[in-house]
Amino acid sequence: MGRYTKIFATFARACLVRDMTFRTNFLLECITSIGWMSMNLAFYLLVFTFTAEIGRGTGWTREPFFAFVATGLIINSIVQALFMPSAEELTEMVRTGGLDGVLVQPLDAQFVLSLHRVDFSAFANGLVGVGLLVWSLARMDHAPGVIAWILYPLLILCGVAILYSLVIMLAAATILLGRNQSLYDFWFYLTNFSRYPAEIYSGPWGGPLRNLCTFVIPILLVVNVPARIIAQPLTGQGWGMVAAAFSAAGASLLVSRIVFQAALSRYRSASS
Amino acid sequence: MTAATPSAAAHSRPRPFEGLRMWWMMLVISLEERLAYRGDFILGTLMRFLPIVTQLFLWTAVFSATNAADIAGYSRNDIVAYYLLTMITRAFSSMPGLAGGIARSVRDGSVKKYLVQPIDYVSFLLASRIAHKLVYYAVAVFPFAGVFFLCRSFFPPVPDAATIAIFLLSLLLSFLLGFFLEATLGMLGFWFLEVSSIVFAYMLLQYLLSGHMFPLDMLAGIGTGIPGVSLGSVVHWLPFEYTAYFPAAIWLGKIHGTELIRALVIEAVWVVVMAVACRIAWRRGTRRYSAFGG
Repeated sequence: MGRYTKIFATFARACLVRDMTFRTNFLLECITSIGWMSMNLAFYLLVFTFTAEIGRGTGWTREPFFAFVATGLIINSIVQALFMPSAEELTEMVRTGGLDGVLVQPLDAQFVLSLHRVDFSAFANGLVGVGLLVWSLARMDHAPGVIAWILYPLLILCGVAILYSLVIMLAAATILLGRNQSLYDFWFYLTNFSRYPAEIYSGPWGGPLRNLCTFVIPILLVVNVPARIIAQPLTGQGWGMVAAAFSAAGASLLVSRIVFQAALSRYRSASS
Repeated sequence: MTAATPSAAAHSRPRPFEGLRMWWMMLVISLEERLAYRGDFILGTLMRFLPIVTQLFLWTAVFSATNAADIAGYSRNDIVAYYLLTMITRAFSSMPGLAGGIARSVRDGSVKKYLVQPIDYVSFLLASRIAHKLVYYAVAVFPFAGVFFLCRSFFPPVPDAATIAIFLLSLLLSFLLGFFLEATLGMLGFWFLEVSSIVFAYMLLQYLLSGHMFPLDMLAGIGTGIPGVSLGSVVHWLPFEYTAYFPAAIWLGKIHGTELIRALVIEAVWVVVMAVACRIAWRRGTRRYSAFGG
């Protein structure tokens, strides 16, 4: 474990040095991601000029909803920074045969392929997310309790684990198909469902969609559970969601590991 | 760098039928290119509708909490229909890769071939963009028709023929506006070489102010700090709304009479302004251009 921590630190340091070599580009990337995020925040602010709540009786009024958005920003920025750059590079590595070089190293291939590239500019959105969370919590009627504060970071990690599992399974599809140029598109459309509170998915179509995105592809647990713990009073149903999030995170990591290893075992080198 | 002399250009100009044949071949090649990956293309087009599913549930939740029959004149069904219609508008006005492509051709020197050949670069770009769009519509019409058929209950009754004609005219103008806006941004490559930051700033404004995210009527109550002037009224004078909001609002019957005529005139004026700006940028840009690259 210590060895892997050291290797990851080396990867991270090399990426940071590279980012700092092109400082203006780094700054522009930070501004770009914050710019897009600000547009979405402006949209949510506009929505709350027409309503006091997202869904009747859901408790997602303005400040709790912005705590929800902040939680989503924090989780997504961690995934975008740590895992997405490596996963996106995998397509090219499969096509060119560069993956061979990773497979012959005396390291776990999934570890190297998941973490060898770190995008520090993606943390910019996470920092804004932390600021937004502080702003929202300071204005809420309900103050989170000690248990909520203990569970919140753990549930954020669960959300990151679920998203990581999805990323790595999409990357496994790259190995199987040989090309997967729309990895980022798939990712965007899939995570789009996790951007709003689960309560909005109701009715004859919303109910089954909610079940599908909770129990089959647990994308709705990613942001909803930590956000609910920090932004709303903890109830019996809340504890059920906490248990579901921990179980889903463990199961997702396990399934993704099996899928990724199976994909690697089917890899045929593209180089001579 | 100077362009070819008129006599040389006239000498090497292709005959009319040869030109037509060349364009026909370009169209056929583009069509075959699209059809080679038709499954991937249709799936990709269908996936673009997925964010509308979340918007449908979001606005349903908003309406359930407000008890209001409409927001800024839009019922829940109107909003869903609006999002679907903006997908059509965006299919006309969006020009992926145009600005970046022009700037790249300036940077790597490949633009110089248009200076020595008897081809007008802006016309060539416009013609090839028309060909690509036609091919896109030929294939995308199937997923679009499928989604619109499934979502037909969200739409109000089909408007009269005159409204449909104005809708089509606004779409045509939105294509031209999108083209000349992005082409002008690309021409800035003659001065800055790398225009990605400028394109990003444009995309950001476009994303928020074109009506891509929400019907712009919702901005009517948002103040600008100037007494009596709302953000909504300012946005109507900018070019962005004509690339997403305007045609959708026409179809949904949100704009009528003199207001509609006024908006059409503003859109047409913006097309002319941007076409002239594009032409000026090309003339001035090529005058100061030094052919980098091999």
